Amino acid sequence: MSETGHQGQGGDTIDPPMAMLAELTHRCPLACPYCSNPLQLKQAKDELSTEQWIDVFDQAAKMGVLHLHLSGGEPASRRDLVELTQAASERDLYTNLITSGVGLTEQRMNSLDDAGLDHVQLSLQGADAQSADVVGGYKGGFERKMHVAEWTNSCGIPLTVNAVCHRRNMDDLDTMIDLAVTLQARRLEIATVQFNGWAVRNRAQLMPTSEQVAATTAKVEAVRERLKGVLVIDYVPADHFATYPKACMGGWGRIGINVDPTGLVLPCHAAETIPSLTFDNVKDKALPDIWYRGDAFNAFRGTEWMQEPCRSCERKHIDFGGCRCQAMAVAGDAAATDPVCAKSPLRDELRANAIAASAGDDTQPFVYRGRETVSS
Amino acid sequence: MSEAISVTGDSVLRLARGVKMRQDDVRQRTVLLAPERTVALDETGIAILSRLNGEASLDTIAAGLARSYNAPHSVILKDATTFLQDLADRRFLEAVT
Ligand code: SF4
Ligand code: SF4
Repeated sequence: MSETGHQGQGGDTIDPPMAMLAELTHRCPLACPYCSNPLQLKQAKDELSTEQWIDVFDQAAKMGVLHLHLSGGEPASRRDLVELTQAASERDLYTNLITSGVGLTEQRMNSLDDAGLDHVQLSLQGADAQSADVVGGYKGGFERKMHVAEWTNSCGIPLTVNAVCHRRNMDDLDTMIDLAVTLQARRLEIATVQFNGWAVRNRAQLMPTSEQVAATTAKVEAVRERLKGVLVIDYVPADHFATYPKACMGGWGRIGINVDPTGLVLPCHAAETIPSLTFDNVKDKALPDIWYRGDAFNAFRGTEWMQEPCRSCERKHIDFGGCRCQAMAVAGDAAATDPVCAKSPLRDELRANAIAASAGDDTQPFVYRGRETVSS
Repeated sequence: MSEAISVTGDSVLRLARGVKMRQDDVRQRTVLLAPERTVALDETGIAILSRLNGEASLDTIAAGLARSYNAPHSVILKDATTFLQDLADRRFLEAVT
Protein backbone atom coordinates (compact mmCIF):
# COMPACT_ATOMS: atom_id res chain seq x y z
CA MET A 1 0.00 0.00 0.00
CA SER A 2 1.30 3.43 -0.92
CA GLU A 3 1.15 6.51 1.23
CA THR A 4 -2.37 7.64 2.08
CA GLY A 5 -4.01 9.53 4.88
CA HIS A 6 -1.49 12.34 5.13
CA GLN A 7 -2.27 15.15 7.51
CA GLY A 8 -2.06 18.65 6.10
CA GLN A 9 -2.15 22.05 7.78
CA GLY A 10 -5.37 22.52 9.71
CA GLY A 11 -5.69 18.76 10.15
CA ASP A 12 -7.24 18.04 6.73
CA THR A 13 -6.09 14.85 5.10
CA ILE A 14 -4.20 15.20 1.86
CA ASP A 15 -5.46 12.79 -0.77
CA PRO A 16 -3.20 11.32 -3.41
CA PRO A 17 -3.39 12.93 -6.87
CA MET A 18 -5.86 11.53 -9.41
CA ALA A 19 -4.28 12.91 -12.59
CA MET A 20 -0.88 13.84 -13.88
CA LEU A 21 -0.17 16.26 -16.69
CA ALA A 22 3.19 15.29 -18.14
CA GLU A 23 4.47 18.15 -20.27
CA LEU A 24 6.89 15.97 -22.18
CA THR A 25 8.38 18.85 -24.14
CA HIS A 26 7.78 22.51 -24.86
CA ARG A 27 8.79 22.01 -28.49
CA CYS A 28 5.87 22.59 -30.83
CA PRO A 29 5.61 23.17 -34.58
CA LEU A 30 2.55 25.36 -34.04
CA ALA A 31 2.47 28.85 -32.59
CA CYS A 32 -1.07 29.31 -31.29
CA PRO A 33 -1.56 32.92 -30.19
CA TYR A 34 -3.29 31.64 -27.02
CA CYS A 35 -0.59 29.16 -26.05
CA SER A 36 -0.70 28.80 -22.29
CA ASN A 37 2.87 27.60 -22.00
CA PRO A 38 5.19 30.04 -20.24
CA LEU A 39 6.83 32.91 -22.09
CA GLN A 40 10.18 31.31 -21.37
CA LEU A 41 10.02 27.81 -22.84
CA LYS A 42 12.21 24.99 -21.51
CA GLN A 43 14.95 23.90 -23.89
CA ALA A 44 15.12 20.46 -25.52
CA LYS A 45 18.54 19.78 -23.96
CA ASP A 46 17.08 20.16 -20.46
CA GLU A 47 14.22 17.70 -20.98
CA LEU A 48 13.95 14.56 -18.86
CA SER A 49 15.27 11.39 -20.48
CA THR A 50 13.11 8.41 -21.37
CA GLU A 51 14.21 6.58 -18.21
CA GLN A 52 13.49 9.58 -16.03
CA TRP A 53 9.96 9.95 -17.41
CA ILE A 54 9.29 6.26 -16.95
CA ASP A 55 10.42 6.51 -13.35
CA VAL A 56 8.03 9.46 -12.85
CA PHE A 57 5.15 7.39 -14.27
CA ASP A 58 6.08 4.51 -12.04
CA GLN A 59 6.02 6.67 -8.92
CA ALA A 60 2.78 8.33 -10.05
CA ALA A 61 0.99 5.01 -10.55
CA LYS A 62 2.16 3.71 -7.18
CA MET A 63 0.96 6.79 -5.34
CA GLY A 64 -2.53 6.62 -6.86
CA VAL A 65 -2.53 8.60 -10.11
CA LEU A 66 -5.13 7.10 -12.48
CA HIS A 67 -5.07 9.41 -15.50
CA LEU A 68 -1.91 10.38 -17.33
CA HIS A 69 -2.12 13.22 -19.83
CA LEU A 70 0.78 13.18 -22.26
CA SER A 71 1.07 16.77 -23.32
CA GLY A 72 3.45 19.54 -24.30
CA GLY A 73 4.14 21.60 -26.42
CA GLU A 74 3.60 18.88 -28.95
CA PRO A 75 4.24 15.49 -27.33
CA ALA A 76 4.78 13.91 -30.76
CA SER A 77 7.97 15.97 -30.92
CA ARG A 78 9.42 13.45 -28.45
CA ARG A 79 10.94 10.55 -30.40
CA ASP A 80 10.27 8.19 -27.49
CA LEU A 81 6.50 8.90 -27.37
CA VAL A 82 5.56 5.29 -28.16
CA GLU A 83 7.95 3.93 -25.58
CA LEU A 84 6.66 6.34 -22.93
CA THR A 85 3.04 5.45 -23.73
CA GLN A 86 3.83 1.76 -23.48
CA ALA A 87 5.55 2.19 -20.11
CA ALA A 88 2.62 4.20 -18.73
CA SER A 89 0.10 1.71 -20.01
CA GLU A 90 2.01 -1.22 -18.46
CA ARG A 91 1.64 0.58 -15.15
CA ASP A 92 -2.14 0.66 -15.65
CA LEU A 93 -2.26 4.43 -16.11
CA TYR A 94 -5.07 5.68 -18.35
CA THR A 95 -3.11 7.31 -21.16
CA ASN A 96 -4.40 10.40 -22.92
CA LEU A 97 -2.45 11.98 -25.75
CA ILE A 98 -3.04 15.73 -26.05
CA THR A 99 -1.81 16.61 -29.51
CA SER A 100 -2.01 19.11 -32.34
CA GLY A 101 -1.60 16.11 -34.64
CA VAL A 102 1.50 17.51 -36.28
CA GLY A 103 4.28 14.93 -36.04
CA LEU A 104 1.96 11.92 -36.13
CA THR A 105 1.83 9.51 -39.04
CA GLU A 106 -0.44 6.56 -39.69
CA GLN A 107 2.35 4.20 -38.71
CA ARG A 108 3.10 6.06 -35.50
CA MET A 109 -0.58 6.06 -34.59
CA ASN A 110 -0.69 2.29 -35.08
CA SER A 111 2.35 1.92 -32.82
CA LEU A 112 0.67 4.07 -30.17
CA ASP A 113 -2.39 1.85 -30.46
CA ASP A 114 -0.25 -1.26 -29.93
CA ALA A 115 1.41 0.48 -26.99
CA GLY A 116 -1.99 0.73 -25.32
CA LEU A 117 -2.92 4.38 -25.87
CA ASP A 118 -6.39 4.91 -24.38
CA HIS A 119 -7.52 8.25 -25.77
CA VAL A 120 -6.55 10.97 -28.22
CA GLN A 121 -7.36 14.61 -27.68
CA LEU A 122 -6.85 16.54 -30.88
CA SER A 123 -6.77 20.34 -30.92
CA LEU A 124 -8.55 22.26 -33.65
CA GLN A 125 -7.61 25.88 -34.18
CA GLY A 126 -10.55 26.59 -36.50
CA ALA A 127 -13.33 24.92 -38.47
CA ASP A 128 -11.61 25.09 -41.88
CA ALA A 129 -8.06 25.00 -43.21
CA GLN A 130 -7.97 28.71 -44.00
CA SER A 131 -8.85 30.01 -40.54
CA ALA A 132 -7.28 27.17 -38.53
CA ASP A 133 -3.88 27.48 -40.17
CA VAL A 134 -3.81 31.23 -39.59
CA VAL A 135 -4.49 30.72 -35.88
CA GLY A 136 -2.06 27.83 -35.49
CA GLY A 137 0.54 29.67 -37.54
CA TYR A 138 1.28 26.41 -39.37
CA LYS A 139 0.32 25.80 -42.98
CA GLY A 140 -1.03 22.31 -43.66
CA GLY A 141 -1.80 21.76 -39.99
CA PHE A 142 -5.54 21.45 -40.51
CA GLU A 143 -5.21 18.81 -43.21
CA ARG A 144 -2.88 16.78 -41.00
CA LYS A 145 -5.43 16.91 -38.19
CA MET A 146 -8.14 15.51 -40.45
CA HIS A 147 -5.89 12.52 -41.14
CA VAL A 148 -5.04 12.08 -37.48
CA ALA A 149 -8.75 11.90 -36.65
CA GLU A 150 -9.22 9.25 -39.35
CA TRP A 151 -6.27 7.15 -38.10
CA THR A 152 -7.46 7.44 -34.52
CA ASN A 153 -10.89 6.17 -35.53
CA SER A 154 -9.55 3.32 -37.58
CA CYS A 155 -7.53 2.19 -34.58
CA GLY A 156 -10.74 2.40 -32.55
CA ILE A 157 -9.22 4.82 -30.04
CA PRO A 158 -11.78 7.29 -28.65
CA LEU A 159 -11.31 10.82 -29.97
CA THR A 160 -11.91 14.14 -28.29
CA VAL A 161 -11.79 17.32 -30.31
CA ASN A 162 -10.43 20.21 -28.37
CA ALA A 163 -11.39 23.71 -29.49
CA VAL A 164 -10.10 26.82 -27.82
CA CYS A 165 -12.59 29.56 -28.52
CA HIS A 166 -12.02 33.27 -28.61
CA ARG A 167 -13.47 36.35 -30.23
CA ARG A 168 -12.25 35.47 -33.71
CA ASN A 169 -13.77 31.98 -33.91
CA MET A 170 -16.65 31.96 -31.41
CA ASP A 171 -19.20 32.84 -34.08
CA ASP A 172 -18.17 29.69 -36.01
CA LEU A 173 -19.07 27.38 -33.16
CA ASP A 174 -21.77 25.56 -35.14
CA THR A 175 -19.28 24.62 -37.83
CA MET A 176 -16.84 23.38 -35.17
CA ILE A 177 -19.55 21.22 -33.60
CA ASP A 178 -20.56 19.78 -36.97
CA LEU A 179 -16.94 19.03 -37.72
CA ALA A 180 -16.50 17.21 -34.40
CA VAL A 181 -19.51 15.03 -35.26
CA THR A 182 -18.21 14.36 -38.78
CA LEU A 183 -14.84 13.38 -37.33
CA GLN A 184 -16.72 10.88 -35.10
CA ALA A 185 -15.41 12.45 -31.92
CA ARG A 186 -17.00 11.13 -28.75
CA ARG A 187 -16.24 14.30 -26.88
CA LEU A 188 -15.84 17.95 -27.72
CA GLU A 189 -14.06 20.26 -25.37
CA ILE A 190 -14.89 23.90 -25.86
CA ALA A 191 -12.58 25.93 -23.70
CA THR A 192 -12.68 29.68 -23.71
CA VAL A 193 -9.21 31.14 -24.03
CA GLN A 194 -7.46 31.69 -20.69
CA PHE A 195 -5.11 34.56 -20.34
CA ASN A 196 -1.89 33.15 -19.09
CA GLY A 197 1.42 32.37 -20.77
CA TRP A 198 1.70 33.59 -24.35
CA ALA A 199 -2.06 34.33 -24.55
CA VAL A 200 -1.50 37.55 -22.59
CA ARG A 201 0.32 38.97 -25.62
CA ASN A 202 -2.82 38.54 -27.73
CA ARG A 203 -5.38 39.67 -25.21
CA ALA A 204 -6.88 42.40 -27.38
CA GLN A 205 -7.05 40.06 -30.38
CA LEU A 206 -8.68 37.18 -28.48
CA MET A 207 -10.92 38.52 -25.72
CA PRO A 208 -14.52 37.53 -26.51
CA THR A 209 -17.35 40.02 -26.16
CA SER A 210 -19.90 39.49 -23.40
CA GLU A 211 -22.56 38.91 -26.11
CA GLN A 212 -20.46 36.12 -27.64
CA VAL A 213 -19.99 34.51 -24.25
CA ALA A 214 -23.74 34.56 -23.53
CA ALA A 215 -24.57 33.19 -27.00
CA THR A 216 -21.98 30.42 -26.65
CA THR A 217 -23.26 29.34 -23.27
CA ALA A 218 -26.83 29.14 -24.58
CA LYS A 219 -25.72 27.27 -27.69
CA VAL A 220 -23.78 24.69 -25.71
CA GLU A 221 -26.86 23.95 -23.58
CA ALA A 222 -29.02 23.43 -26.67
CA VAL A 223 -26.49 21.33 -28.55
CA ARG A 224 -25.86 19.11 -25.53
CA GLU A 225 -29.53 18.21 -25.56
CA ARG A 226 -29.67 17.72 -29.33
CA LEU A 227 -26.55 15.52 -29.44
CA LYS A 228 -27.15 13.57 -26.26
CA GLY A 229 -25.51 10.16 -26.49
CA VAL A 230 -23.67 11.18 -29.67
CA LEU A 231 -21.27 13.91 -28.59
CA VAL A 232 -20.39 14.75 -25.01
CA ILE A 233 -19.58 18.43 -24.64
CA ASP A 234 -17.36 19.78 -21.91
CA TYR A 235 -17.42 23.54 -21.81
CA VAL A 236 -15.18 25.97 -19.98
CA PRO A 237 -16.91 29.36 -20.06
CA ALA A 238 -15.10 32.68 -19.99
CA ASP A 239 -14.53 33.54 -16.37
CA HIS A 240 -14.14 37.26 -16.99
CA PHE A 241 -17.89 37.52 -17.32
CA ALA A 242 -18.84 35.03 -14.59
CA THR A 243 -20.06 35.75 -11.06
CA TYR A 244 -17.77 33.31 -9.28
CA PRO A 245 -14.41 31.90 -10.29
CA LYS A 246 -13.71 28.36 -11.43
CA ALA A 247 -12.18 25.92 -9.02
CA CYS A 248 -8.90 26.07 -10.87
CA MET A 249 -7.40 22.57 -11.15
CA GLY A 250 -10.23 21.40 -8.86
CA GLY A 251 -8.34 22.96 -5.96
CA TRP A 252 -4.63 23.53 -5.45
CA GLY A 253 -2.76 20.31 -4.62
CA ARG A 254 -6.02 18.35 -4.47
CA ILE A 255 -6.41 16.41 -7.72
CA GLY A 256 -3.78 17.23 -10.28
CA ILE A 257 -0.02 17.24 -10.46
CA ASN A 258 2.01 18.68 -13.36
CA VAL A 259 5.51 17.79 -14.36
CA ASP A 260 7.22 20.20 -16.73
CA PRO A 261 9.69 19.09 -19.44
CA THR A 262 12.67 19.47 -17.10
CA GLY A 263 11.11 17.53 -14.21
CA LEU A 264 9.88 20.50 -12.21
CA VAL A 265 6.72 19.55 -10.34
CA LEU A 266 3.98 22.19 -10.42
CA PRO A 267 0.55 22.42 -8.77
CA CYS A 268 -0.77 24.08 -11.95
CA HIS A 269 0.97 24.64 -15.25
CA ALA A 270 1.11 28.41 -14.81
CA ALA A 271 2.36 28.20 -11.22
CA GLU A 272 5.79 29.51 -12.17
CA THR A 273 4.24 32.96 -12.57
CA ILE A 274 4.03 33.14 -8.76
CA PRO A 275 7.47 34.41 -7.69
CA SER A 276 7.12 33.48 -4.01
CA LEU A 277 6.92 29.75 -4.79
CA THR A 278 9.82 27.36 -5.02
CA PHE A 279 9.38 24.13 -6.92
CA ASP A 280 10.90 20.72 -6.44
CA ASN A 281 12.30 18.58 -9.23
CA VAL A 282 11.79 14.84 -9.71
CA LYS A 283 15.55 14.62 -10.21
CA ASP A 284 16.08 15.58 -6.55
CA LYS A 285 13.09 14.25 -4.65
CA ALA A 286 10.60 11.42 -4.71
CA LEU A 287 7.20 12.34 -6.14
CA PRO A 288 5.17 11.57 -2.96
CA ASP A 289 7.56 13.70 -0.96
CA ILE A 290 6.95 16.60 -3.35
CA TRP A 291 3.16 16.16 -3.39
CA TYR A 292 2.62 15.73 0.35
CA ARG A 293 5.39 17.91 1.75
CA GLY A 294 6.55 20.26 -1.02
CA ASP A 295 6.31 23.98 -0.24
CA ALA A 296 4.62 24.90 -3.52
CA PHE A 297 1.87 22.30 -2.99
CA ASN A 298 1.24 23.26 0.61
CA ALA A 299 1.28 27.02 -0.06
CA PHE A 300 -2.36 27.16 -1.21
CA ARG A 301 -3.68 23.78 -0.22
CA GLY A 302 -6.94 23.68 1.77
CA THR A 303 -8.33 26.95 3.10
CA GLU A 304 -5.91 28.04 5.85
CA TRP A 305 -3.95 30.40 3.60
CA MET A 306 -7.04 32.40 2.59
CA GLN A 307 -7.66 36.06 3.28
CA GLU A 308 -11.01 37.86 3.38
CA PRO A 309 -13.45 37.73 1.63
CA CYS A 310 -12.64 34.05 0.89
CA ARG A 311 -11.86 33.10 4.49
CA SER A 312 -15.43 33.56 5.69
CA CYS A 313 -17.13 32.76 2.37
CA GLU A 314 -19.55 29.84 2.11
CA ARG A 315 -18.13 28.92 -1.31
CA LYS A 316 -14.58 28.38 -0.13
CA HIS A 317 -14.87 24.60 -0.37
CA ILE A 318 -16.50 24.88 -3.81
CA ASP A 319 -14.07 27.08 -5.74
CA PHE A 320 -11.16 27.27 -3.27
CA GLY A 321 -10.86 30.99 -3.90
CA GLY A 322 -10.38 30.52 -7.65
CA CYS A 323 -7.17 30.76 -9.61
CA ARG A 324 -3.94 31.68 -7.76
CA CYS A 325 -2.18 32.70 -10.95
CA GLN A 326 -4.97 35.09 -11.91
CA ALA A 327 -4.86 36.58 -8.41
CA MET A 328 -1.12 37.05 -8.86
CA ALA A 329 -1.46 38.57 -12.32
CA VAL A 330 -4.26 40.99 -11.51
CA ALA A 331 -4.10 41.65 -7.76
CA GLY A 332 -0.33 41.27 -7.46
CA ASP A 333 -0.92 38.86 -4.56
CA ALA A 334 -1.25 35.13 -5.13
CA ALA A 335 -3.24 34.70 -1.90
CA ALA A 336 -5.87 37.29 -2.87
CA THR A 337 -9.41 36.42 -3.93
CA ASP A 338 -9.55 35.60 -7.62
CA PRO A 339 -10.39 39.00 -9.19
CA VAL A 340 -13.16 37.49 -11.34
CA CYS A 341 -15.17 36.89 -8.15
CA ALA A 342 -18.10 39.23 -7.49
CA LYS A 343 -16.76 39.64 -3.95
CA SER A 344 -13.34 40.86 -5.10
CA PRO A 345 -12.73 44.61 -4.88
CA LEU A 346 -10.90 44.35 -8.23
CA ARG A 347 -13.72 42.78 -10.13
CA ASP A 348 -15.26 45.89 -11.67
CA GLU A 349 -11.91 46.98 -12.98
CA LEU A 350 -11.20 43.51 -14.37
CA ARG A 351 -14.52 43.44 -16.15
CA ALA A 352 -14.07 46.94 -17.56
CA ASN A 353 -10.66 45.91 -18.90
CA ALA A 354 -12.10 42.76 -20.44
CA ILE A 355 -14.85 44.73 -22.16
CA ALA A 356 -12.29 47.22 -23.46
CA ALA A 357 -10.09 44.39 -24.77
CA SER A 358 -13.08 42.70 -26.41
CA ALA A 359 -13.73 45.84 -28.44
CA GLY A 360 -10.34 45.31 -30.16
CA ASP A 361 -9.91 45.50 -33.89
CA ASP A 362 -10.65 42.16 -35.60
CA THR A 363 -8.15 42.79 -38.36
CA GLN A 364 -5.30 43.25 -35.92
CA PRO A 365 -2.78 40.44 -36.56
CA PHE A 366 -1.84 37.90 -33.92
CA VAL A 367 1.54 38.00 -32.25
CA TYR A 368 3.19 34.61 -32.78
CA ARG A 369 5.77 33.10 -30.49
CA GLY A 370 9.28 33.03 -31.91
CA ARG A 371 8.33 34.82 -35.11
CA GLU A 372 9.47 38.33 -35.79
CA THR A 373 6.93 38.94 -38.49
CA VAL A 374 3.22 38.75 -38.00
CA SER A 375 0.60 37.72 -40.52
CA SER A 376 -3.12 38.15 -40.44
CA MET B 1 -22.44 9.99 -37.33
CA SER B 2 -22.85 7.47 -34.54
CA GLU B 3 -26.30 6.69 -33.17
CA ALA B 4 -27.34 7.42 -29.61
CA ILE B 5 -28.08 4.21 -27.67
CA SER B 6 -31.48 3.72 -26.07
CA VAL B 7 -31.06 1.06 -23.39
CA THR B 8 -33.79 -1.60 -23.09
CA GLY B 9 -33.98 -5.19 -21.87
CA ASP B 10 -33.05 -6.34 -25.38
CA SER B 11 -29.85 -4.27 -25.50
CA VAL B 12 -26.61 -6.15 -25.90
CA LEU B 13 -23.89 -3.88 -24.60
CA ARG B 14 -20.24 -3.74 -23.75
CA LEU B 15 -17.86 -1.10 -22.49
CA ALA B 16 -16.64 1.09 -25.34
CA ARG B 17 -12.99 1.06 -26.28
CA GLY B 18 -11.14 3.44 -23.99
CA VAL B 19 -13.46 2.75 -21.05
CA LYS B 20 -11.88 0.53 -18.43
CA MET B 21 -12.95 -0.96 -15.16
CA ARG B 22 -10.02 -1.37 -12.82
CA GLN B 23 -9.06 -1.80 -9.23
CA ASP B 24 -7.81 1.38 -7.54
CA ASP B 25 -5.55 -0.21 -4.94
CA VAL B 26 -4.48 3.02 -3.30
CA ARG B 27 -8.07 4.07 -2.58
CA GLN B 28 -9.33 0.51 -2.18
CA ARG B 29 -12.22 0.73 -4.61
CA THR B 30 -13.17 -0.16 -8.17
CA VAL B 31 -13.33 2.62 -10.73
CA LEU B 32 -14.44 3.10 -14.28
CA LEU B 33 -11.92 5.14 -16.26
CA ALA B 34 -12.92 6.98 -19.43
CA PRO B 35 -11.64 10.08 -21.23
CA GLU B 36 -11.28 12.76 -18.53
CA ARG B 37 -13.61 10.85 -16.21
CA THR B 38 -13.32 8.63 -13.16
CA VAL B 39 -16.44 6.97 -11.80
CA ALA B 40 -16.25 5.16 -8.46
CA LEU B 41 -18.40 2.03 -8.68
CA ASP B 42 -20.52 0.47 -5.96
CA GLU B 43 -21.17 -3.24 -5.69
CA THR B 44 -24.23 -3.13 -7.96
CA GLY B 45 -22.36 -1.17 -10.62
CA ILE B 46 -19.51 -3.67 -10.55
CA ALA B 47 -21.95 -6.58 -10.75
CA ILE B 48 -23.69 -5.14 -13.82
CA LEU B 49 -20.59 -3.99 -15.67
CA SER B 50 -18.66 -7.19 -15.14
CA ARG B 51 -21.51 -9.05 -16.87
CA LEU B 52 -21.65 -6.74 -19.89
CA ASN B 53 -19.81 -9.01 -22.25
CA GLY B 54 -21.30 -7.95 -25.56
CA GLU B 55 -23.20 -11.23 -25.80
CA ALA B 56 -25.92 -11.42 -23.16
CA SER B 57 -28.94 -9.12 -23.38
CA LEU B 58 -29.59 -6.82 -20.46
CA ASP B 59 -32.70 -8.84 -19.63
CA THR B 60 -30.65 -12.04 -19.34
CA ILE B 61 -28.11 -10.23 -17.15
CA ALA B 62 -30.88 -8.87 -14.92
CA ALA B 63 -32.35 -12.37 -14.54
CA GLY B 64 -28.97 -13.69 -13.43
CA LEU B 65 -28.53 -10.85 -10.96
CA ALA B 66 -32.05 -11.38 -9.61
CA ARG B 67 -31.10 -14.98 -8.81
CA SER B 68 -27.73 -14.16 -7.21
CA TYR B 69 -29.05 -11.27 -5.14
CA ASN B 70 -32.45 -12.75 -4.47
CA ALA B 71 -34.22 -9.60 -5.66
CA PRO B 72 -37.15 -9.03 -8.05
CA HIS B 73 -36.13 -9.23 -11.70
CA SER B 74 -38.21 -6.18 -12.70
CA VAL B 75 -36.57 -3.94 -10.07
CA ILE B 76 -33.07 -5.00 -11.10
CA LEU B 77 -33.86 -4.50 -14.77
CA LYS B 78 -35.20 -1.02 -14.10
CA ASP B 79 -32.20 0.02 -11.99
CA ALA B 80 -29.71 -1.44 -14.45
CA THR B 81 -31.43 0.31 -17.36
CA THR B 82 -31.19 3.69 -15.61
CA PHE B 83 -27.56 3.12 -14.66
CA LEU B 84 -26.57 2.02 -18.16
CA GLN B 85 -28.58 4.70 -19.96
CA ASP B 86 -26.60 7.29 -18.02
CA LEU B 87 -23.33 5.65 -19.06
CA ALA B 88 -24.54 5.38 -22.68
CA ASP B 89 -25.37 9.10 -22.73
CA ARG B 90 -21.77 9.74 -21.72
CA ARG B 91 -20.62 7.43 -24.54
CA PHE B 92 -19.11 4.86 -22.23
CA LEU B 93 -20.93 1.95 -23.92
CA GLU B 94 -21.14 0.27 -27.28
CA ALA B 95 -24.20 -1.57 -28.56
CA VAL B 96 -23.60 -4.93 -30.24
CA THR B 97 -26.04 -5.62 -33.04
S1 SF4 C 1 -1.40 25.92 -27.42
FE1 SF4 C 1 -0.72 25.70 -29.55
S2 SF4 C 1 1.39 26.49 -29.56
FE2 SF4 C 1 0.86 26.12 -27.43
S3 SF4 C 1 1.59 24.07 -27.05
FE3 SF4 C 1 -0.57 23.89 -27.64
S4 SF4 C 1 -0.54 23.52 -29.84
FE4 SF4 C 1 1.50 24.28 -29.26
S1 SF4 D 1 -14.94 35.11 -2.03
FE1 SF4 D 1 -13.37 33.55 -2.47
S2 SF4 D 1 -14.32 31.61 -1.87
FE2 SF4 D 1 -15.97 33.13 -2.01
S3 SF4 D 1 -16.79 32.89 -4.10
FE3 SF4 D 1 -15.23 34.51 -4.16
S4 SF4 D 1 -13.34 33.45 -4.70
FE4 SF4 D 1 -14.79 31.86 -4.04
